[in-house]
Amino acid sequence: MQTSRVSEWLDRHMGRLFLMPAVVLILVFSIFPLVASLIIAFARIRLTGGGFSVRFVGLRNFEKQFFGSEQFHLLGTFTDISVIGLLFGLLATLGLIWWMVLYVRAHFSVVGFLGRMITFLMALGLAWLFSATLLSGNLFGTLGTTLFYVFVGCGIQFLIGTALAYACSFQFRGTTSFRVIFFVPMMITPIGVGYIFRMMADTTKGPFSGVWQWVGLGEFAWASDPWAARIFIVVADSWQWIPFVFIMLLAAFESVPRDFTEAAELDGANAWQKFTEITWPHVLPVAATVMLIRVIEAFKIVDLPNIMTSGGPGIATESVSLQSYFAWRSLDLGQASAIAYVLLFVTVIICVSFFNLVVLARVRKAS
Amino acid sequence: MTKPAARRSLFEPPDIGQMATATKIVLYTVLLAWSAFVLFPIYWLIITSFKTIAAVNQGPYFLPWIDFEPSLHAWKELFVNDYRDTFRAYFNSIVISLSATALAILVGSMAAYALSRVKFAPNLITILYFVGLLALTGVAVGIYDVDWRVAAATAIALFFFLARAIGRLYQLRLQNGDILFWIISQRILAPIVVVVPIYMMFQSVRLLDTHLAIILTYTVINLPVVVWLMYDFFNSIPRDLEESAQLDGATMIGIFREIILPLSRAGLAATTLLVVILCWNEYLLALFLSTNKAQTMPILVAAMNAGERGILWWTMSAVIMIMIIPVVIMAILLQKYIAKGILVGAVKG
Repeated sequence: MQTSRVSEWLDRHMGRLFLMPAVVLILVFSIFPLVASLIIAFARIRLTGGGFSVRFVGLRNFEKQFFGSEQFHLLGTFTDISVIGLLFGLLATLGLIWWMVLYVRAHFSVVGFLGRMITFLMALGLAWLFSATLLSGNLFGTLGTTLFYVFVGCGIQFLIGTALAYACSFQFRGTTSFRVIFFVPMMITPIGVGYIFRMMADTTKGPFSGVWQWVGLGEFAWASDPWAARIFIVVADSWQWIPFVFIMLLAAFESVPRDFTEAAELDGANAWQKFTEITWPHVLPVAATVMLIRVIEAFKIVDLPNIMTSGGPGIATESVSLQSYFAWRSLDLGQASAIAYVLLFVTVIICVSFFNLVVLARVRKAS
Repeated sequence: MTKPAARRSLFEPPDIGQMATATKIVLYTVLLAWSAFVLFPIYWLIITSFKTIAAVNQGPYFLPWIDFEPSLHAWKELFVNDYRDTFRAYFNSIVISLSATALAILVGSMAAYALSRVKFAPNLITILYFVGLLALTGVAVGIYDVDWRVAAATAIALFFFLARAIGRLYQLRLQNGDILFWIISQRILAPIVVVVPIYMMFQSVRLLDTHLAIILTYTVINLPVVVWLMYDFFNSIPRDLEESAQLDGATMIGIFREIILPLSRAGLAATTLLVVILCWNEYLLALFLSTNKAQTMPILVAAMNAGERGILWWTMSAVIMIMIIPVVIMAILLQKYIAKGILVGAVKG
């Protein structure tokens, strides 16, 4: 009697019991730390012996990052805005307002409007940050560097990865071995990639030192030039992650029905038309999802800058994650959490916007 | 007559679905160039690990036996002189990656199965109540120095006493899709955001620098990947078998173990491989959570930078090689599965 009631209860709640471990683990190791991190971000914490003491300072940690002594570090240095910067900022503002107006006039819903408003504000802020720092000839901080890694890096990876995948989707001798070769860098640990590319980039003893001498850059230390260092990190990152885009898009290209392209060819379509009219629309949803995954992971970049340059020269290659890690290492937990929260904020808004406006838009259109 | 024919064969495809010779030449050139770009750094890594110190320091040498005499001194240093560090880190990495993967696959595929088969309808208000209590507990422990055991017990008691009553106030039901999205969206969370509290949590229960702490953390950061991939995989399995098993009186555990898991071997293989690689290469969390005893390979590699003599490129190359060899072998063997396993998820989003 007793056992049957227990087993009955178990049967009724088995679904929940299956789901529970995952939910509990995420609550304990993900949601609770998330809340705790927010609390820490409003405090100044000192590690004392075995424990720690907490003093609440309100928004001061964020204030220091955005307006105070750390402004140059996170956002960049601000002086007068240049003409180009002003023009770009105004153009971006007008473009964004126009985009909002188009949306409101086409279809309006409260949730959609609020969501787009958040995207709008974030894009506006980033556009003005861009024009006030880079376009005005000022240094930019870790946020700008991270966005550079994300957008330039992911853009390069997307273009090259897609091109390689398309090339390998044709039937010819040797595709299998090309596939295996192209896939390999993804398996190499990011730390290893960092050190390998430091060897590659060595201008005196590296493999290309002959080339460097020949173009007269033999004494050029790439790690002490901000842009050279940033670009090297993007190259290393792309070397590692193009295989990911490649392998996913290759599978997508191969799932395009062969009849479609062959029918188009019979109708006299040229290669470009075949690609844009038939293959690409078929692949686009996968491409959008793949890029979303890449962008999400790219925002977390920390090992390559840490290994290749330790964030230097100065702060030129430091990502937001790395800045937070350095703050933690100097035992400033409040600042570390505040910086991490800025990263979280930017990441979530950009990724959710991308998801809603690009990935879901396709799904909505298709259904 | 011959000339147009020759041009035709060079620039025009001989048949539908095939390529012209010119296209082929361009294609091969591009692909070979890219192969060189991909393989050369790896080749350089391999030969550097066999170079003598002089061969590294005196400028670039490219070909073993011709440019320089290969030597095993780096490998000797790694496996004879520093064998204790090397083997400990290697052992730690293997134990941590495999345990975390096993745990993540188990917990994650159970959750994914439940989400794909059982209808859940949790009340949003109850969840908000729970999160509110969690935050209050955090504040109480953090600011007012309440003992964390007392705070946790009070919060749990309050939750169970009032959950029903508060849940009845207002009904706002979530669906399976919302739970799935919640779990997957955890992947957006950069580890740096949560690592400081996790560090303090493990510090307060004296679990820093233990395998358990790293295994648990890795399990959680990889759960979203497992749930996402396995959910789509389970959804693609037809339900007839389960229904007939259910009529025969099989329980959910029985069905899961004897029907579902064997049927989804391909998906499990791909997911396992992916999660093993993610754990094997993870750097930032290990940097926080392991200092000495539980040090993993990425930390060992990164720590080699800190020596007085600068970077010992030869040893460094050898260490990186022993780190990537097992993964590369596994990946090449299972390459087909990876693309398929991941793509099931990617296509459906």
